Amino acid sequence: MSEYILEMDQITKQFTGVKALNNVNFKVKKGEIHCLVGENGAGKSTLMKVLSGVYPYGTYDGNIIYEGEVQKFSKINDSVNAGIAIIYQELALFPDLSVYENLFVGNEVQHRGIVDWNQTIVESKKMLEKVNLRVNPETLVKDLGVGKQQLIEIAKALSKDVKLLILDEPTAALNEDDSENLLALLKEIKKQGITSIMISHKLKEVIAIADSVTVLRDGNTICTLDAAKGEINENIIIKHMVGREITDIYPKREKKAFGDTILEVNNWSAYDSQLGKQILRDVHFRVRQGEIVGIAGLMGAGRTELAQSIFGNPKSYKLKGDLKVDGKTRSFKHTSDAIKAGIAYVTEDRKGDGLFLTQDILKNISVANLHEISTSGVINENEEIKVAEAYKKDLTIKASSIEQLVGNLSGGNQQKVSLGKWLFVKPKLLILDEPTRGIDVGAKFEIYTIMNSLIEEGMSIIMISSELGEVLGMSDRIYVMADGEIKGELSSEEASQEKIMQLATQ
Amino acid sequence: MGFITELKELLKNNVRDYGMYIALFVIMLTFTILTDGLFMSSRNISNLLDSAGYIAVLAVGVMIVIVIRHIDLSIGFLAGFLGAISAILLMKVGLPVYVVIPIILLIGLLIGLTTGTLVAKVGIPSFVATLAGWLIFRGALLRVTEGSGTIIIQNDAFNAIGNGYIPSITQIGGLHLLSLLVGVLGIILYIYGALSKRRKMLRYNFEVVSTPIFILQLVFVSAIIGYITWILAGHHGLSWTIVIILLVVLIYHFITTKTVIGRHIYAVGSNPEAAHLSGINVGRITLLVFGSMGLLSALSGILFTSRLQSATTTAGTLFELDAIAAAYVGGVSSAGGVGKVTGAIVGAVVMASLTNGMNLLGVGISYQYMIRGGVLALAVIFDVMTRKRGK
Repeated sequence: MSEYILEMDQITKQFTGVKALNNVNFKVKKGEIHCLVGENGAGKSTLMKVLSGVYPYGTYDGNIIYEGEVQKFSKINDSVNAGIAIIYQELALFPDLSVYENLFVGNEVQHRGIVDWNQTIVESKKMLEKVNLRVNPETLVKDLGVGKQQLIEIAKALSKDVKLLILDEPTAALNEDDSENLLALLKEIKKQGITSIMISHKLKEVIAIADSVTVLRDGNTICTLDAAKGEINENIIIKHMVGREITDIYPKREKKAFGDTILEVNNWSAYDSQLGKQILRDVHFRVRQGEIVGIAGLMGAGRTELAQSIFGNPKSYKLKGDLKVDGKTRSFKHTSDAIKAGIAYVTEDRKGDGLFLTQDILKNISVANLHEISTSGVINENEEIKVAEAYKKDLTIKASSIEQLVGNLSGGNQQKVSLGKWLFVKPKLLILDEPTRGIDVGAKFEIYTIMNSLIEEGMSIIMISSELGEVLGMSDRIYVMADGEIKGELSSEEASQEKIMQLATQ
Repeated sequence: MGFITELKELLKNNVRDYGMYIALFVIMLTFTILTDGLFMSSRNISNLLDSAGYIAVLAVGVMIVIVIRHIDLSIGFLAGFLGAISAILLMKVGLPVYVVIPIILLIGLLIGLTTGTLVAKVGIPSFVATLAGWLIFRGALLRVTEGSGTIIIQNDAFNAIGNGYIPSITQIGGLHLLSLLVGVLGIILYIYGALSKRRKMLRYNFEVVSTPIFILQLVFVSAIIGYITWILAGHHGLSWTIVIILLVVLIYHFITTKTVIGRHIYAVGSNPEAAHLSGINVGRITLLVFGSMGLLSALSGILFTSRLQSATTTAGTLFELDAIAAAYVGGVSSAGGVGKVTGAIVGAVVMASLTNGMNLLGVGISYQYMIRGGVLALAVIFDVMTRKRGK
């Protein structure tokens, strides 16, 4: 038998008019950790969907050779039965069921159709041990953090005699501790002889863990790098990903001039009556005109909640405290009031509550400011097209036309559509919640450049981010949040990774 | 690309839209053959469209309710109840028609807004809120008619809404002149609209169909409008019911495709959370949509009562299900955010054609229900299949 567990040979996959994969070759050795990297829209997810049978045999060209045999997966179950498990970015767990129910769903311990719950719990404890997860199996999944939920998914895959484990950006939603745990676990799984494929944008992790790295770009295989030959390092990977060297990934602004305070929040508290939880406590902060204010912190620190409580309070938290915009005390009853006051909020979860995936780019860009392009409630379609075309060009949104559905765009382009929608309301203050999550290096750079040019036009930005590098590289001032409070304020000169982490883990 | 290839591509890519028209065409053709042409006779087509009117109006309203991910079960008996009220106001109170109609429409609007308040502000699931409405309006209808039984309406102006025709001016070769003129005007407006849209698309370098295909589309649609007008002109011409449906279609088509409110409705249906975060008042849109539903229920009640020239104790029974079926046949998606006014109307005409054709053939009522159920299921299966392929 060959040394490869998987050979994907000359895979070509077309969607109406677009070649998503073009003669891709992808070979994975038995027992290695193989990382798949590339810009958004490079074809990584499509390739994995071809492999797992989401796109069945016959809808693509080329061969999948797995364990020495050509495979013709016609449905996802075929690949599962062959020992291939995929763990997607969006986890496929049932939040209202317990850990043990989730572990055994579809694979219940049963005698003639009656489930043996005691045996299930005993078995599930063993499974949790394998992934070093110490939780009570009777806990509801929704009460666990994303990091632990991910481990449950992995435990589930391991219980099914998986031979090839595929992880699609497993650390995107994790904080640094959880990420490290996960990577350590992958190494342990490797010792048991299980092969892993990991899609990731975080190159540090890739370098730390990968035996091989395959780079995809625009649906083509660019190269496969081998750690044993010392070929894997950040500059090389980035060079292959974008096809050009990036020396400084945070573009610098030349002149920094801050104006008056445009947003000021004092004694700000929020209570979520649905969860019965105090989510913000006595928050003070301010934003000056022409400034990028970074808000750092770990998952669940209350950053998104802070942003939404200011932006018209869509979740109806009980608010206390003082909110001043341009020196005037305001209380927004609805998001539309906040928009009128010049605030825009680009959400963290662009697919969930950011975009209208069933609508085209045109309608997504105009939706928050239709009144600007209409007379007595009737939309001026010519104006609308001009606006959408202008943002498509300015933000370099890659799409066949503005009539393309947003659901069919790659993550980076979706984020640009989100950005376009909010720039069109012409805000004074733009709140960006995790603006570069799940986006490739090239698109990140473009978004940073756009942020800088907006600041030069006189706008102010609040950037919520979990990526320390980004917070340090882009912000003029940094607030660090933890547990619903602001734990400290750092100027860009004094800030460092250590100082931020120290405040965030208080 | 050759003419035939492009035509095939076009049909393949728009199979959901065209499928509905093709289905309607096949149904009509089948019945015409089976009835030796009786189905396509002037009298029958005129009759068919008139009897589709009150369901078509409801279908447009409920299509929009479904677009914003809600449902309204109360509309049938609300229409029946308001029809009875209009009969009472006309015959017992003695108010003139031009006072009664605005009052009824206003009551419908207010009732719709009340339902909307329960759904949008109080947060009751629309299925439950409107099921309560279903019971309440059914009771209310019985309450106002149980004393007198059926109320016969002796008012020519009111009865003309469901049975009368627009004046003819003069007859040409036995054809109704004004109706012909309306048809010609319709064709001119259609061609003008299509041409200006195409010019705009070309100006912005959007993909358009090739000139021969475009001309084929123009000729095809114009021929259909012309043919229907010609058929109708052979029997008393356009009925007031058809005029009212056309007005409802024009107004609602305009609102849903050209206005800010329309865009907000589809945004709420497509993703309510994103709509809220985009500054759209989801509650207000919900209220508005239910208000419009109440208004159209009132209109439907007027059309039905006028057509029967009387208010009965069972008026409006199962209208809501016919309207919902028509909306689904017309391509509305229960996942929200997708649906067209023209689709709802075509859906209503498809269902009415089935009933009418089967009546002409003397098919038993038991089979009629089963066949209509089958067609509804087929339409939704077709819908789900084509949507899947689109992804």
